Amino acid sequence: MKLDTNTINKIAKLARIRLSEEEAKDLLKDMNSILDWVEQLNEVNTDSVAPLANISSSTLPQRKDEAKDINSTDEILKNSPDKLEGYFAVPKVVE
Amino acid sequence: MDFKSISQLKSLLNENKISVKEIAETYIKRIKEKKELNIFIYFNDDKIHEQVKEIERLPNDLTLKGIPIAVKDLFCTKNMPTTAGSKILNNFEPSYESFVTQKLVDQGSIFVGKTNLDEFAMGSATNTSYFGNTINPLSKNDNPLTSGGSSGGSAAAVAADLCLGATGTDTGGSIRQPASFCGVVGIKPTYGLCSRWGIAAFASSLDQAGVFSKNVTDASILLEEIAGHDQRDSTSSNVQIPSYSKNLNPSLDGKVVGIPKEYTVEGTSDEINGVWEDAIKSLEKKGAKIKHISLPHTKYALPTYYIIAPAEASSNLARYDGVKYGFRATDSKSLDDMYELTRSEGFGKEVKRRILIGTYVLSAGYYDAYYLKAQKVRKLIANDFLEVFSDCDLILTPTAPSAAFLLNEKQDDPIKMYLNDVFTVPASLAGIPGISIPYGKDKQGLPLGIQLLSKHYNEQEIFNAAFALEKDYE
Amino acid sequence: MSNLIKGKKHDWETVIGLEIHAQVKSNSKLFSNSSTAFGSKPNSQVSLVDAAMPGMLPVINRYCIEQAVKTGIGLKAKINNYSVFDRKNYFYADLPQGYQISQYKHPIVGEGKVIIDFKDGSSKDIRIVRLHLEQDAGKSLHDQNPTKTYVDLNRSGVALMEIVSEPDIRSADEAGLYISKIRSILMYLDTCDGNMQEGSLRADVNISVRKPGDEYGTRCEIKNLNSIKFIKQAINYEVKRQIEVLEDGGVIEQNTLLFNTSTGKTRPMRSKEEAHDYRYFPDPDLLPLEIDLEDINKLKKTIPELPDDRKKRYVDDYNLSNYDASVLTADKSVSDYFDTVIKSDKKLKESSKIVVNWITSELFSLLNEKNIEINNSPITPENLGRLIKFIKEDIISGKIAKEVLLEMFNTKLNPQKIIEQKGLKQVTDTSEIEIIVDEVLKENQKMVDQYLSGKDKLLGFFVGQSMKKSKGKANPKILNQILKIKLSKKK
Repeated sequence: MKLDTNTINKIAKLARIRLSEEEAKDLLKDMNSILDWVEQLNEVNTDSVAPLANISSSTLPQRKDEAKDINSTDEILKNSPDKLEGYFAVPKVVE
Repeated sequence: MDFKSISQLKSLLNENKISVKEIAETYIKRIKEKKELNIFIYFNDDKIHEQVKEIERLPNDLTLKGIPIAVKDLFCTKNMPTTAGSKILNNFEPSYESFVTQKLVDQGSIFVGKTNLDEFAMGSATNTSYFGNTINPLSKNDNPLTSGGSSGGSAAAVAADLCLGATGTDTGGSIRQPASFCGVVGIKPTYGLCSRWGIAAFASSLDQAGVFSKNVTDASILLEEIAGHDQRDSTSSNVQIPSYSKNLNPSLDGKVVGIPKEYTVEGTSDEINGVWEDAIKSLEKKGAKIKHISLPHTKYALPTYYIIAPAEASSNLARYDGVKYGFRATDSKSLDDMYELTRSEGFGKEVKRRILIGTYVLSAGYYDAYYLKAQKVRKLIANDFLEVFSDCDLILTPTAPSAAFLLNEKQDDPIKMYLNDVFTVPASLAGIPGISIPYGKDKQGLPLGIQLLSKHYNEQEIFNAAFALEKDYE
Repeated sequence: MSNLIKGKKHDWETVIGLEIHAQVKSNSKLFSNSSTAFGSKPNSQVSLVDAAMPGMLPVINRYCIEQAVKTGIGLKAKINNYSVFDRKNYFYADLPQGYQISQYKHPIVGEGKVIIDFKDGSSKDIRIVRLHLEQDAGKSLHDQNPTKTYVDLNRSGVALMEIVSEPDIRSADEAGLYISKIRSILMYLDTCDGNMQEGSLRADVNISVRKPGDEYGTRCEIKNLNSIKFIKQAINYEVKRQIEVLEDGGVIEQNTLLFNTSTGKTRPMRSKEEAHDYRYFPDPDLLPLEIDLEDINKLKKTIPELPDDRKKRYVDDYNLSNYDASVLTADKSVSDYFDTVIKSDKKLKESSKIVVNWITSELFSLLNEKNIEINNSPITPENLGRLIKFIKEDIISGKIAKEVLLEMFNTKLNPQKIIEQKGLKQVTDTSEIEIIVDEVLKENQKMVDQYLSGKDKLLGFFVGQSMKKSKGKANPKILNQILKIKLSKKK
């Protein structure tokens, strides 16, 4: 067992996903079996292996410094579930 | 009227034997008749009629003029909403067209609708969609079969003759496995060959767009249209795209085809191994040289994939937070409350499971043990292929360990479900191209697929070999 | 200079490290094509990428990379040939992607250093740990609506350079000098506009206190300070607070703090209480950034003279003190102005100290009064040079020169014209001065008698009266001489 309910809840909080007790229990079982299963990677000796983050062998493409994308405020806000006075609106945050 | 291929339909159109409008009507009728298969998330005949008016005005020499295409609902489209199979993108109407679908629009194709998929492409059976399961058109009686996943809707759309081609995305097998289950052709090209711009991301270092079709020639026509460099995607390949369809050549003289011993996996049906055997014999007969090879790190591909893909997904899916678009939970007291409720109600079980796994393997204290380790093993897997391709032109394997299974099978055990991708995931991790073509049937008459792989950017070789093998069943 | 603070039982030492966020001066954002202009309508400069629409991807701005490299060179830092963009994952309303693209393990710029100069002429090195490129967040507005926070994404995705110092700073004053110096370097390089009010330059300050010689104490981080004044205030308040807590036997809790500019106090941030776990990993949408030596060398050639080099030149060539030179070079536009004055006439080189004084006292007081930047000064450096030359050549006196300067400031005319128009040219003709002196001595017979009886101090009175009569135009040296001669003759 890699995970306990506590850890699951901490991870869920980090991921901003609220879990019911039942869901947490269910996920705990699944995640533990998945984590046990991926454990087999430890059989592989990777001491001198460089990690592969991306397949592409080319270099990072770079663009010119030109301001040209004109997306209207309406277009940007169009799909927002809550927009007011040209802003996205969210429940009030107390800093 | 039965339309067998893109070229056949094109010549009917060019000879004025059929109009774009008539094509559209035919397919609209068919789609309506097959509604119970739940292949489309979005279908609206008015939208199709609107397109027809536009397309009729386009020149006849456009490669895909009037060709009905189904679009996996992971591609953002201007004229149709995009959901990624998720409640969290409810009512999302992109103001932009993905690179790949734009190319298809530019060539005059008709988009018949947006196809069902596993939520955010996470699944192997098109059974994690918020919009319900897609039923494999080849199902018999009252035993609905899965169309595979995640691009199950697209594969099923082609199989059910609801279009002549469909777009898909493949992260760990999401084109090849449903192609195999539905008895159609499906190609996942080299990573970076088709721009990811405008495709809702699942795992950025693995996601790759591709196509489904009824035959290899059509797949080659479609791929050469959607491939190409895009400055808006930093991982898009800047390579010349050959005219795959014009270069199609079934000759296999002197080609070396590798048969990896690690792909003989416990639990694979005898029928599948039999089909594999048949294909090997056929290749040999056609002049290819068969070479028995080893890809020693194959067995680690699945666990590697199930660390890397969820890790990337956990970050890629952070943008679905109820602020800018899509679903937002009501009655939240604070910002965090809103995030948690929105994401908890907006995502389905499998997506949540993968986000949590991904969050865990990236979290402090676990990064090195899981994520970094997986990246290193990924390197070894990629190296395996690199080495083999130094003296092989192609690799031949089965596509999936089984034929299409019952829709409700395998649902309780995630690992059992993940094992579906055992033959497709290694190529995804290595970023190499792969095709699945139907090659024979099992006792129940269900199609079985075989997979051809080659080195980076060697799609032509894959098409050629697939073209040759396809003839065995014509 | 001792920075130690007297405590109840022992002295305290303050330990400060700064994370400066400097917006790169560029037309478009770090990973998108939208404009970086400040003060536009909310959400009017937001691309699909900035709003994190599904399927949108980052493409890096080459110019921003170059600006970061140039800044690295300016900070005498190591430029890394290989750097990686990572995702820093956290949720916040103004962070649309749910992660910030930043650099974690492999920043574009490594270790460097910055020199700060003190009034007493001494200086100190502050070590730089790293500089990395990252995306700025949008803005959350909490006071526009009683129940909602508003989000404006115009700033979202603007390129930031985060410059991290070692904890080498020991007081609020040093922190002030350090950030001024960084700002000055950035502005010389033109890689950041340095506008703290608009938030183009802001800092997070890490503060702890310790008994000298002890290990570092627990630190607190004060977030997002956007003026040097506030940085100093916040440090002074926080240091006092920490010492008080410790002397009362308490412990410092590691905390993220906000500084309230109206009360001058710090308080813990409420919204980010739970432990951070940013889950950094290389952004799979981007490839590693490789910069070859050739590119770095090309950029090195574009680096202008920087404040420290200029300071050295002023000390070596113009004999200015280290501190004067550092004050003068702190603001590039002031220093540029000075250089133009000096270069306007060969003879002014030997009068460099006078030039400094005229700029930093007379010109500054006029500019400050009207709130005008030196770049927009109505008095051109060339005209100021002419004026100073007139003083040197005894064409006008220093006193008249101030009058002329004011007139120049108001009319933008050159000093020669003003002197001619107003007849302010100094009188050096001895006969003319003799007439004035004679008149003054005649009119003040009583004073002359007192002088003759030994009241030497009255000489000044005669000078003043004569000067007044000449309307200030008499050459003071000649006037003095004539007065002395005439008075001695009366003995």
